[in-house]
Amino acid sequence: MTERSPREKRDPLARKKARHVSPATRSRAMHAMSARAAQGRFVLQVCTDCDKATYPPRDACPYCWGELVWQDRPNGAEILCETIIRTSTDLYFRDHLPWRMGKVALDAGPVALVHLHQDLGVNDRAAVRLMLDRGGNAALFALPPTGEIDMTDPQLREFTVPVAGKTVLVSDASSAIGLAVVKALHDAGAGLIIAGMLPPERLTDQKHPILNLDGVQPVPLDIVDQVSLSEALSKVGGPLDIVINTARHVRGGGVSEQANIVEQRRAFDVSAIGFTRLAQACAPMLAGRSHGAFVDLISSDALAGATDNAAFAAAEAARLSLLQSFRHEMRSTGVRVLSVFTGPVEDEHHQPVPPPKVAPARLAAAIVDALHQGREQSCVGDVASDAMARWLSDPMLYAREKNL
Amino acid sequence: MNRTPAPYDGVAVCAPVTAPYVRFSPESAHWWAGKLLRQLAEDTGFGPADIDGFCFASFSAGPDTAVGLTQHLGLTPRWLDHLPTGGASGVMALRRAARAVQCGDAEIVVCLAADTNQIDSFRHSLANFSRFSQDAVYPYGFGGPNATFALITDAYMRAFGVTREDFGKLCVAQRANAMSNPLALQRRPLSLEAYLAARPIADPVHLFDCVMPCAGAEAFIVTTPEIAKARGLAAASVLATIERHNAFPEDPVQLRGGWAMDIDQFWASAGISPADVDSLQVYDDYPVIVAMQLADLGFCKQDEVADFIRRTSFDIDGDLPLNTNGGQLSAGQAGAAGGFQNMTEGLRQILRQPLGDQVPNAEISVVSGFGLVNYDRGICTGAAALRAMK
Repeated sequence: MTERSPREKRDPLARKKARHVSPATRSRAMHAMSARAAQGRFVLQVCTDCDKATYPPRDACPYCWGELVWQDRPNGAEILCETIIRTSTDLYFRDHLPWRMGKVALDAGPVALVHLHQDLGVNDRAAVRLMLDRGGNAALFALPPTGEIDMTDPQLREFTVPVAGKTVLVSDASSAIGLAVVKALHDAGAGLIIAGMLPPERLTDQKHPILNLDGVQPVPLDIVDQVSLSEALSKVGGPLDIVINTARHVRGGGVSEQANIVEQRRAFDVSAIGFTRLAQACAPMLAGRSHGAFVDLISSDALAGATDNAAFAAAEAARLSLLQSFRHEMRSTGVRVLSVFTGPVEDEHHQPVPPPKVAPARLAAAIVDALHQGREQSCVGDVASDAMARWLSDPMLYAREKNL
Repeated sequence: MNRTPAPYDGVAVCAPVTAPYVRFSPESAHWWAGKLLRQLAEDTGFGPADIDGFCFASFSAGPDTAVGLTQHLGLTPRWLDHLPTGGASGVMALRRAARAVQCGDAEIVVCLAADTNQIDSFRHSLANFSRFSQDAVYPYGFGGPNATFALITDAYMRAFGVTREDFGKLCVAQRANAMSNPLALQRRPLSLEAYLAARPIADPVHLFDCVMPCAGAEAFIVTTPEIAKARGLAAASVLATIERHNAFPEDPVQLRGGWAMDIDQFWASAGISPADVDSLQVYDDYPVIVAMQLADLGFCKQDEVADFIRRTSFDIDGDLPLNTNGGQLSAGQAGAAGGFQNMTEGLRQILRQPLGDQVPNAEISVVSGFGLVNYDRGICTGAAALRAMK
């Protein structure tokens, strides 16, 4: 543990710091922008008649009153003016003053107020990223257009989830995915990684080198079992910053053909009931943290079902539904709930599935990247990306194709 | 391009009244409106039955509008208007009331702005100010108007070489003017050194660039010269007015306001030039907006504004008496009443009823309004030229 910073000490009688989130009221048009920002896109409203881009979000084109649609646009910009806000009546920003913001002329046309990265000033070129603020709403953040971005910028940290030095729970670390996630977190400098080991594995049996890395603490954990979950969390013994739910129960089979009710029940127990148990137990712990996050690994089969994995897909669909409700619940606490979609994974559960498949290490890297970018929704690999694109463009057609 | 507006024949503006401002008030906007009407009645003799036109501006009367105010305050007008235009509402009330009186739709129109300022109400009114603010301004640090005008000030200083000392001169002159106004909330002398040494609020905006939100009310009456005379009320005529909203939307940063679109027509209609103005009452939420109006109203060229500020005295007995009651920067900003105090003060100076010191030989006042930062700039602008009736 020599190179890792010591864990935060906590005085049980110290006053608990109140966590506020950035102002939350938005128009419906702005929510549409946020929904796209959640996917990591940079979009603006563009008029279908005159092709001009507009911002802030409107309900009609201000140039010709034509219809506006959301389109991906270039995110380059030039900074016009800046200020450092030193007083605010808002409780969230009061906790984070001083705050730098400015105005940019976007290459796409409109001018916009933006959060300013510390390395930028007036007349500089910038790349404007559409990020989600602590209230979960889209905001424009001007970043240096080239070179490495200094992620220690205190304002930028508010839009991301730092991993270094943090305490992370991986709900199922005994799988190939789980092991890869533990390794990636370790490499990213996580302070303590609590690695859930699904019974009947015993801690004393754990010879895997990843589980013996510095800062990795295996604990028995089955999120389906409330007692197991309570015991595992009681062993955290300090703040918990991030939860990564890698638990899943992948089995083949249809609905009326080759269906196994026992397997189906287990799949729902893990993906849906287990998710709820884990979320319920961890939510209050995460809510007290400055950069709390819950990452859920979810199958892209959740979007539209899957004939060959009907029970698993249904359980994952239930999980997606619960995830969306949970995300909304956590908005008021500032805890980010991130979903990482994947198709078949290169692991024992997908042995009969042809490629392309996602390597566990790639999935793990994507999870760490989603945290570092504060990206609410990610798709890893070609299968998941293709599934999301088709589902977004025509969900009924996709459901039909997917289940042919 | 535009049809020339008809002159304001048969219109008299009179009876400026001000309810003394307080920093915080537990009362409602309705209470402030009622208190001011009572004061107006004592000054003029007009009672509820006399008033047949009512124009109201307020940010804090919700859920009521001018409609609720009629029943609340026992008015039965045959002409009613509600102005949501804040800092531009005084000039706009004058424009609307003047045409109503001129055309006979009403004879005695009370134009009134009232706002309260309860503890913490400023925060709430900020949070719900406009849709664009909710979506695209307040999530960026929630600096309120200070941040918006900091960006404008930053760009303005870079564009025209205006310095903090120049803005300081305006603020110091207005404070000097406020010292004779017993109703001004801030009357302690302000030195340029103290101005420059003030703490930053949202750079480059510092403490003395900001108005103090407060509670208060302002009103005036628009009627016919005959009625004013019969009641023994000193009155002014309207030489010209202009109004513009969302001007120059293509400007990336607001370096000019709507006045610049119509100012030639303004002076031509008024039949006077800037040199004829005895008192200038411009909207002053921040000194950058004062500087902007000096240029846009035609007192100097835009790129010469720094030089104009340096060589002009803005004191009550100076070259260009400016915001002679101290303006909002010293007297306080009572919500929408902040868009009326330029009207009442401009009237007072030419009607020889000043709250404080009198501008010597004042005959002509120009009043200018600016209101409503919907997103990144003030949307509503207007100006009026008034001359004392003999």
